[in-house]
Amino acid sequence: MQWLEKQRNIIDFTLSSLLRRKTKNIALMIVYTLVVFVLASVMFFAEAIKKEASIILRGSPEIIVQRLVAGRQELAPVGYIEGIKKIRGVQSVSGRLWGYYFEPVAGANFTLMVPEDGSEKGQIEVGKGILRSMRASEGDILSLKSYTGDWVVLKIKGALSSESELVSSDLILTSEEDFRNVFGISKEYFTDITLHVRNSRELATIAQKIKDLYPDTRPIVRDDILRTYDSIFNWRSGLLLVIMAGAGLAFIIFAWDKASGLSAEEKKEIGILKAIGWETSDVILMKFWEGTAISLSSFLAGIILAYFHVFFTSSTLFEPVLKGWSVLYPKFRLTPFIDEAQVMTLFFLTVLPYTVATIVPSWRAASVDPDSVMR
Amino acid sequence: MIELSDIRKVFNCGKPNEFTAVDGVTLSVDSRKITVLKGPSGSGKTTLLGLIGCMARPTSGRIHLTGRLTQGVTFSVEGTTAEVTSLPERFLTEIRRRAFGFIFQQFNLIKGITVLENVMLPAYPIGEGFKPLRERASRILSDLNLSGKLFAKVEWLSGGEAQRVGIARALINDPTVIIADEPTAHLDTKLSGEFMGIVERLKGDGKTVIIASHDPIVFDSPIIDRVVEMRDGRLSGGYQRR
Amino acid sequence: MEPMRKSSIYFIYLAVNLALLFLLSIHALVAVKDAVYGLDLKAEMVKKLELTDLCLFTEARYTRHLSQTDFNTPFQDHPMSFEHFPSGSIVEPPARLRMKGDRL
Repeated sequence: MQWLEKQRNIIDFTLSSLLRRKTKNIALMIVYTLVVFVLASVMFFAEAIKKEASIILRGSPEIIVQRLVAGRQELAPVGYIEGIKKIRGVQSVSGRLWGYYFEPVAGANFTLMVPEDGSEKGQIEVGKGILRSMRASEGDILSLKSYTGDWVVLKIKGALSSESELVSSDLILTSEEDFRNVFGISKEYFTDITLHVRNSRELATIAQKIKDLYPDTRPIVRDDILRTYDSIFNWRSGLLLVIMAGAGLAFIIFAWDKASGLSAEEKKEIGILKAIGWETSDVILMKFWEGTAISLSSFLAGIILAYFHVFFTSSTLFEPVLKGWSVLYPKFRLTPFIDEAQVMTLFFLTVLPYTVATIVPSWRAASVDPDSVMR
Repeated sequence: MIELSDIRKVFNCGKPNEFTAVDGVTLSVDSRKITVLKGPSGSGKTTLLGLIGCMARPTSGRIHLTGRLTQGVTFSVEGTTAEVTSLPERFLTEIRRRAFGFIFQQFNLIKGITVLENVMLPAYPIGEGFKPLRERASRILSDLNLSGKLFAKVEWLSGGEAQRVGIARALINDPTVIIADEPTAHLDTKLSGEFMGIVERLKGDGKTVIIASHDPIVFDSPIIDRVVEMRDGRLSGGYQRR
Repeated sequence: MEPMRKSSIYFIYLAVNLALLFLLSIHALVAVKDAVYGLDLKAEMVKKLELTDLCLFTEARYTRHLSQTDFNTPFQDHPMSFEHFPSGSIVEPPARLRMKGDRL
């Protein structure tokens, strides 16, 4: 109890002391909170997307085979499917049909796709993002300009669910015939080839065999697909580097202010405290609370605001950055997958250095003889 | 009773600017009496006060505190006598907090916080309950006619008021000994007289008072019991008044 | 009514924040549980349609299907052209492209 009273007393004095420079310290707290807010928002967003991607994309095809000509992706001939079927360990092979369609009125890129279980000719199912960018609804007509300049008229028979927007927002599911009419791809070709293997441990071997069989192909393994999203907001991605540099600079400035030593007035005040009966450890304790009062308060506020920002408002402040030049952007609510270790790391990187920077320069001043103020 | 035996204090020992402030002082200070250290500046009065008040350790010599001064401390003493020069820092601070209250020449109040907070400050690290501490501080301040200034910032006080806040602060831990270093240096005649009036009250409350001063209003005052003269770090005379 | 001690105000502030943090962690637990339905839905769709990427960056072809892209496509306009889509500063190229050796 006495220990608690002592802490409360010292905090009383520390806060009175900080309030003497009210504007400066409030400004400091606001900036500090802002920095933590940005860092935590990025951290929460990245972790949530990564986790979600790793869960959702688990069902991606085990191997996808692309054909390359002059370094660019080209259509895969139907004969490759037969060849790959013969490789030992391959369970099933099929050709995939998908491509990009640029819609000039909306200015948006759509992904046109033919689903495995087929679609009725003249009818399409579209993602919600397409309905928004075209201001269309179910039952409306969507016409696509084919490679000959003619229009292919399609009726929107249904929309893909809102919950699936993160993967389906820009999809148009169409029949094989309509697809080939729009893009002018003959029955001899597919966009790429997907296959399933019997034993997942043989993926690398089979991929190599495909390359040996058809040297102009590039097999992509499911693992590669999953790892793609691990690097989102990685520290080497340009944007995060800038954010971290900014945050680092801000913290250096905060700490500099503290670490550049005490002013003569601050030294005198510590001398007075020593003279009226405070021990060295009491002064150090006061400095600890001085640092913690600001850093802990800012950290807590920043983290809480970041959580609300990312998971309740779907990162509204980041949207312009994430959307970039996209016209079509999915509406999605991220699931709060939080990595506590990251939160603790952020805590240690933001709160600890500031508190230390407040305490260490005061060490010497705190150790003066109590009678120094009289000399 | 405070007994000093051959106290020496040397600053910057071994360096070219070595300086002996107190050079072999042997002195007994009686309890419940007012003792004045009289002497010009540089005579070592201030340093001696600091040594008596356990604010610094002497370079050599011994200081013994007897009787009331050693009551209630958490470490064991021989009979009722404690020899302070060999105490570890923590115990020294404890004795200092309990037994001594300091009044400084420059007032030395903490700017930017209230009078009440300044007075309560010395007791903060002890962890006493907030309410009783504040009540005690308010009472002491009202005894010194400062009730109206409890929440004033110290920068707004007059010289006399600031001096009295310094006195209140020295009294917060109910010390047995009050030590004052040139307390009238920044006060006019009237306020100096008022100060001595307060000192008389403190003596009436059973406190021991030690004042260092070269102000005649202090050392010629009829209420003091003894004058000790100092020059160049040594005792150079003195007399009992009462 | 006398004003509260400053340390009390600070402790209350800390307590409120910690309580909020606690509530938010409960929210996270509940939300994750509730999200299973939507996650399963999306995973199903990925499996059925053989999808490979999240529909996050629809600016260009190679930003839309990150896992399927190569190094050439961004530079189709000109061999010396820089990345000019903002998503390039958010995600790195897929790992397999960054590996030395059998670079495709």
